[in-house]
Amino acid sequence: MQVQLSHPTRTVEVKGPKKVKELLRELNLVVEAHLVIKGDDLVTEDEMLHDKDQIEIRPVISGGSPLTPHPLRLTDSR
Amino acid sequence: MNCTKCKIKAVIGLPRHNAAFCKSCFNGFVHDQVARAVKSEKMFGKDDRILVAVSGGKDSLALWDILLKLGYKADALYVNLGIGAYSEQSLAKVTKFAEAPAASHGATLHLHKVEQEAGAGIKELAQLIHRPTCSTCGTIKRYQFNRVAIEERYDVMATGHNLDDEAARLLGNVLHWQEEYLDKQGPSLPASVEGFAKKVKPLYRLSERELAAYAVLNRIDYIVEECPMAKGSKMLQYKEVLNRLETESPGTKQTFYWGFLEKQSKKQPTATTMIEKDRAVLHPCTSCHQPTTAEVCSYCKMMARAKTAVSS
Ligand code: SF4
Ligand SMILES: [Zn+2]
Ligand SMILES: [Zn+2]
Repeated sequence: MQVQLSHPTRTVEVKGPKKVKELLRELNLVVEAHLVIKGDDLVTEDEMLHDKDQIEIRPVISGGSPLTPHPLRLTDSR
Repeated sequence: MNCTKCKIKAVIGLPRHNAAFCKSCFNGFVHDQVARAVKSEKMFGKDDRILVAVSGGKDSLALWDILLKLGYKADALYVNLGIGAYSEQSLAKVTKFAEAPAASHGATLHLHKVEQEAGAGIKELAQLIHRPTCSTCGTIKRYQFNRVAIEERYDVMATGHNLDDEAARLLGNVLHWQEEYLDKQGPSLPASVEGFAKKVKPLYRLSERELAAYAVLNRIDYIVEECPMAKGSKMLQYKEVLNRLETESPGTKQTFYWGFLEKQSKKQPTATTMIEKDRAVLHPCTSCHQPTTAEVCSYCKMMARAKTAVSS
C-alpha cells in the first residue's frame, strides 16, 4: 500500500494486509501523535489495511503554533 | 472497534477515556468537553463577544468552529507574521474558513500584518534587534491580540491551547522550577487591570490528536506543515516524551495537567490573588498605554529598537 507521510512530505510502500497499529509500530510512530486516514476516512488502530488502500499518516503535534507562546520564555507573559 | 455509545463502526479510539466513537458521537464528545471547560472555568456566556486567536492550524480553527456551533458570538484575529510560504498558506486556510463556515454564522475575521507596523517580517525583525525569532514572535502576538481585543471591545480573548500544549508547558516549567510562571498556567486569566483582556483556553480538556481528528472529520482545512521556526523546539521535545508516556499509560497528560489545576485551585482563590498581584506591578506603558511592568512595554521597546536599527 501507498503510505503518505509528512515532515517532510514523502511516500513509502508498505506490504499489506496489516492492521493500523502494526503499520505505526513498523514505522516507529507513536499512536498518540498520529492519525491514520484511509482514502478520506479516519480509521481506528484495529482497522485492517490492504495493498490497494491509499493511506495517509498525519502527525498531529505542533511545536509552537503561532499562538502557543514559547514554553520557557513567559515574562510579560499574558 | 465500535462506538461505545451507539455501537456502529468507530472512527477514533480514545484510550484515556476508555472509549471509541463514531463521527457524530465524537463531535458530541468534543462539544461537551468544551462546554464543560467554559462552564467550570467561568470563561464566558452566550452574550459575551469572544475574539478567537487563529493561526490556520487545527486547534484554533477547530476552536472557532466549535464556539460558533455551540452558539457563541465569536470573531477571530489572524496575525500575519510574514514567514514566507508558511504565512501565505496559513492565511489562505484562515480566509477560506472565514469566508464559508464562519461567515454563515455572522462571524468576522480581523487581520494584522506584522510587516505593516514593524516594517519587516518576524524573521528579519528578530535579526535586526538580535532576539530569537520565537520570543520576538511571542511578544508581537500577545501584544496585537490584546490590542485588538481591547480596541474592538471584546469581552474575552480565546486561544486554541490544548491539553498537550498545557501539559508540555507545565513539564517545561516544572523541569526548570519556574514556579513564578505556574500561576499563569490556568485556563482562565482574569482581566486584572484596565487594558488587559480576559484570556481563556477552552480546549484544555482536549488532546492535540482529538483536535486533529475533529478537524479531519468535519472537513476543516488546516495547515498541516509546521512553522519552520518550530523545528527542534523544546516544546516539541516535551510533547514527544509525554506522548510516549501517554501511549504506554493512557491518561498521563490529563492526570498531570488537570491534577495541577486542582492543586492550584485548592491553594488559593487564584483569580483574586492574581488580580491583586497584577495590580501591584502593572501600569500603563508610557508610549502605548498597554499594561506593563516596565516604564515602556516590551513591544514598544522592540519597535523602537527596530527603528533605530533601520535608520543607522
Ligand atoms: S514557531 Fe516561533 S516563529 Fe513560528 S509561530 Fe511559533 S513562536 Fe512564532
Ligand atoms: Zn456513536
Ligand atoms: Zn507600549
